Amino acid sequence: MSAVVFARHAMTPAERLRDAGWVAFVGLILGIPLVGLTTVDVGGRLGVETRFGLLAAAIAAVFAGRLLLRWAIDQARERKQARDRASTATAADRAHGAQRVVNVLGWVALGASIALPIVFSDNRYVVDTATTVLIYVMLGWGLNVVVGLAGLLDLGYVAFYAVGAYSYALLSTQFGWSFWEALPVSGAMAATFGILLGYPILRLRGDYLAIVTLGFGEIIRIILVNWTEFSNGPNGISSIPRPSFFGLDFTRSAPEGSQTFSGFFGLEFSPMHRLIFLYYLILVLALLTHAFVSRLRKLPVGRAWEALREDEIACQAMGMNTTNIKLSAFAIGAMLGGFAGVFFAARQGFISPESFTFTESAIILAIVVLGGMGSQMGVVLAATLLVLIPEFGRNFAEYRMLLFGLAMVLIMVWRPGGLLAHREPTVRLNALGKTTTTGGTAR
Amino acid sequence: MAYALQQLINGLTLGAMYGLIAIGYTMVYGIIGMINFAHGDIFMVSAFIAVTAFTILAAADVTSIPLALTFVLIVSIFFTSAYGWAVERTAYRPLRGSTRLAPLISAIGMSIFLQNSVQLTQGARVKPIPPVLEGGIVLWDAPGFTVQIGWSQMLIIVTTVILMTAFTWMITQTPFGRQQRACEQDRTMASLLGVNVDRTISFTFMLGAALAAVAGVMVTVYYGVVDFFIGFLAGIKAFTAAVLGGIGSLPGAMLGGLLIGLIESFWAAYLWAEYKDVATFGILCLVLMLRPSGLLGRPEVEKV
Repeated sequence: MSAVVFARHAMTPAERLRDAGWVAFVGLILGIPLVGLTTVDVGGRLGVETRFGLLAAAIAAVFAGRLLLRWAIDQARERKQARDRASTATAADRAHGAQRVVNVLGWVALGASIALPIVFSDNRYVVDTATTVLIYVMLGWGLNVVVGLAGLLDLGYVAFYAVGAYSYALLSTQFGWSFWEALPVSGAMAATFGILLGYPILRLRGDYLAIVTLGFGEIIRIILVNWTEFSNGPNGISSIPRPSFFGLDFTRSAPEGSQTFSGFFGLEFSPMHRLIFLYYLILVLALLTHAFVSRLRKLPVGRAWEALREDEIACQAMGMNTTNIKLSAFAIGAMLGGFAGVFFAARQGFISPESFTFTESAIILAIVVLGGMGSQMGVVLAATLLVLIPEFGRNFAEYRMLLFGLAMVLIMVWRPGGLLAHREPTVRLNALGKTTTTGGTAR
Repeated sequence: MAYALQQLINGLTLGAMYGLIAIGYTMVYGIIGMINFAHGDIFMVSAFIAVTAFTILAAADVTSIPLALTFVLIVSIFFTSAYGWAVERTAYRPLRGSTRLAPLISAIGMSIFLQNSVQLTQGARVKPIPPVLEGGIVLWDAPGFTVQIGWSQMLIIVTTVILMTAFTWMITQTPFGRQQRACEQDRTMASLLGVNVDRTISFTFMLGAALAAVAGVMVTVYYGVVDFFIGFLAGIKAFTAAVLGGIGSLPGAMLGGLLIGLIESFWAAYLWAEYKDVATFGILCLVLMLRPSGLLGRPEVEKV
């Protein structure tokens, strides 16, 4: 219970050592079965291998880390107290300043993202990675509507991503629909799934909802794996047509009666054209998502989402139809996920159920949570970090999910609201009772 | 008929294991109102500890099966409870009194962390151990089909029954059980009356982890293979069991576990085996929609 708050004095060195020793002891107990011992395959049977050197190193690191952490926490607390005493700025002023920085950061990020393919026009790797970042940004913004604004924890978001991707894949390979025809239909399909799932379950409370959505995500994946006639099972769907630029294909030679992109503009053919086109396509989709969500936040429905997140019972008491409000958030989030899925299928040209596991849902959720729930700019920051960190060091890649999990725990413990946490409602009443709008543009 | 009887035995075995894991979920939910998402992975860790312990015993040429099982159970329970304690202390306690979603997200992070640390330290490959308990009793030699109850199945069912009895006694009769129930009803009041709430919660986590450890050892004995991903599905199914029985209710968790185990094995035997997980998730959705308080649970009243 947090009812009792103990006044904490700064620790003496002896106390610090004892504290770190205790943590190292716990680390030792936890480390013995997993780090210290391991089973390896010895000629068809398992044999035990000891790694006590590694264990000792890990324990030493834990001991030192704990000492350092304790010290850093104490230092930070002292500095904060000193600053609080010295400065006269109120919390509101500081939040306002931070908001300005975030706004400027948003414009810088926008400029950089537009300029990126021009600067790196012949670097395939950079453009490809940036496209991946943007897909996650778009997914994060979509999920942000559900988790960040409406406060509904959705652990099966990847299901809608999969519905979008498979809708486009099937519509294009079976019925020959083009990207632009399939995009709205697939989005609507995902939204329909969102409503179908959401209607019965949205009465549930936060954590039950999370588990049911998780179950739904898994059901969709299991069906995709097992219903071979429909989805081609684990082999997935390949040779999905790529989007064209107003009917101009990005191929070396066009079929009879049409033109290629390079031929039409009199350019020399380059495979980079398509990558850059895809990059700008997802950038436009993401920016549209952002504009759409930012507008929604100022409409009654967006305000209702935020009100619902803050206090559901109060909303009911005010006569709001909570089911419909939740349903709208769920459907819009699903639709945005569906759009991202369509783009994903069109970009990869191949999809299989492998791409839509729970891990993917967890990554998207991590992006929203790490960024700060409800913060649009935070999503961009987190998506960039989470995609780039494993890219920087390839041998780092196997630690990626480990660090994900650790970061989720640590950020929750350190800042339960996320990196750019700032759960200010977009609209609030001021003291005079006049409605004012606080910067909800570039968050 | 013989086939159905065999499925009944298999289902009961499976259900006993789900029930053991489900108790961990239901106790934690009862006392701090959160879904301990990492509980399935605690179970997975315990299975790995059991594999290591069995391998050590095999290397030391221990042939007495009861001795080996006792040793493995003690080792696994000890280390797994330490994990349960550490998870609560690091990931959940700092978030007590925070929003409802914060501990859940922290728990998901913990689950990913445990899964990947086991994958990194123990390897991603499936770990097979030589069969510990082979054979069984033939119950019914029907024409064309033999109904058999394996020694390992018998072990699982008997252990579960013993543990459940001991556990029920512990919760209803001992001082710890009284404190645990007091914290469940009203944590503030319990702390005012001198119950050490933090310690009670820690102990609850350790107890849940210990039961999961027993389930982990049983799974290792029963299936003989372990990999780092078993915690996810087992966790979800056990959670479904806890919800089905009524979350917060201990007999409910056991009943739910048995039902889920039976449904799963009959579904796999008579309907589509590949969709057996869909059946579990479907039941979860249905129960939550139609009777959110579960079979034996009390309806929850939300107070402002």
